[in-house]
Amino acid sequence: MSTLSLSSADQSKGCRKSIGSRIVIILGAHLALLLLWQLTVVMLGIKPFLLPTPVAMLEKFCQPQYAWMYNMAVTAAEIAIGFGVASVVGITLALLFSWSPLFALLLFPILVTLNMVPKVALGPLVIMWLRYGIESNSVITFSLCVFPILLTTNRGLRETEPDLLDLMHSLKAKRWQIFRMVQLPGALPYVFSGMKVAAILAVAGAIVGEFIASDSGLGYLMIQAQSSFDTAAMFASILLLTLLGVAVYLAVIILEQFIIPKDARIV
Amino acid sequence: MNKVAYRTGDAGDAEIKLRGFVMNADRSPSDPSPSGLATSAAAPVIRLTNLCKVFGTKANSHLAVSNVSMDIHEGDFVSLVGPSGCGKTTILKILAGLYGVDEGMLSLRADFQSDMAKHHVGMVFQQPLLLKWRTILENVMLPADVLGLPRRPAQKRARYLLEMVGLSGSEAKYPYELSGGMQQRAAIARALLHDPKLLLMDEPFGALDALTRERVNLEMLRIWHETGKTIIFVTHSIQEALFLGSKCAVLTSGPARMADFFAIPLPYPRALEVKTTEVFGELTKRTYHLLGMK
Repeated sequence: MSTLSLSSADQSKGCRKSIGSRIVIILGAHLALLLLWQLTVVMLGIKPFLLPTPVAMLEKFCQPQYAWMYNMAVTAAEIAIGFGVASVVGITLALLFSWSPLFALLLFPILVTLNMVPKVALGPLVIMWLRYGIESNSVITFSLCVFPILLTTNRGLRETEPDLLDLMHSLKAKRWQIFRMVQLPGALPYVFSGMKVAAILAVAGAIVGEFIASDSGLGYLMIQAQSSFDTAAMFASILLLTLLGVAVYLAVIILEQFIIPKDARIV
Repeated sequence: MNKVAYRTGDAGDAEIKLRGFVMNADRSPSDPSPSGLATSAAAPVIRLTNLCKVFGTKANSHLAVSNVSMDIHEGDFVSLVGPSGCGKTTILKILAGLYGVDEGMLSLRADFQSDMAKHHVGMVFQQPLLLKWRTILENVMLPADVLGLPRRPAQKRARYLLEMVGLSGSEAKYPYELSGGMQQRAAIARALLHDPKLLLMDEPFGALDALTRERVNLEMLRIWHETGKTIIFVTHSIQEALFLGSKCAVLTSGPARMADFFAIPLPYPRALEVKTTEVFGELTKRTYHLLGMK
């Protein structure tokens, strides 16, 4: 009998513990992978310009000639501007579409077609028009980010339950009331879902521009390191780019947690 | 298309002939209403006369509702029962002012109409349709937000209603923390917040399991008794229609028309045992028969 009552208490404790231990396991798995990488390279004697060790990669951050902080700041700025403007424009356009069916009919098919254009292929054109720099790379980032945000927001705004609209209409709710109380909050999970997709694309957008033509940023740094066969520095750049992507993604998730209660989120 | 939508004035001046086979609930020998408000002498608050509604284009139209005539008195609990496609929901939406009518007449007693203009109607659907991002209290407050009612008294009323439907203590919870039955009670509280005289319910308990449904049915009778609302209740279930209603309209599909409208001569308060009585059995048999089921 006593074991029975104990076990239920243990279970609740075990649950809390398992979250902590899960984090430990996840971190451990990552560290084990790095260790495996390090050992493989050292044991098999792989040449550093083919595959550097993780330690060699981390050591690169001590070399000041790469100006890591500056170049990372440039890429981060491109991502922030491109992603930020894409969020504002994407959400605004989706709102305009939901307000004006005519506007949606005029513009939406064109946007769907534009979405089919491989945005990366526009890179050389954008750089030709705007010259290289933060502006052109932000524009490329924007072009990649805006569609997922626009399309998912648009879908979210149209997903309102018909019965809920009937309920609002039976109360003679005005259009803006329906929008403010039902449509917009209902669409927010979709907005964030689109922003999460865009967060991952944003890093790719910035880096493409820097690959094509640039004089700063982590993509520029990779091209420079490549020309001197400094593979470790290229890996170090990729690590920083990954961290930038994670940072944007986390920012979106944190914002989402502030705005949307648990059950209304789209995982 | 609306030849006659709402006709104001006293529907009691019965100048409209009801079709012969429509059994007028007025003439029912017993008065099943518990509130005492609805007496057969008083004029009906809503009178539907040969109501007809067609959907679709001229070339490709289908009859959603036809031949619907009924008098609804204040405090009535009218069950609309029938298969899918018989027009139950359409009638509800016409009463909610969401649809116009194509033929026939919907007339409201003058005082009821002015009250409808002020307090609108309360609606409950098969799904609770609570807003996920609002707490239960905020959800119940939704009509107050839409209608711009003063917040303080509305909040007080919301708390009172939540207590009445047995949800006190859940005010600060989010919908996902409540079971389906509890969510539906919150939806009922929301429908009552702005104190509408008319409560329209569209298969509100259709998504609940059988036992929860019986329990909520009993709750529903209590809520009706406490509020004295006029309720129009759409259901698939003959048992539910007969157990709850003071009057019952049987609707058939293909073509959609009203087969009968009758008073349910079972006294209130009703307990679940009512379902085992002879009268209940007779009514059930009759309804099955009307629906063409043996």
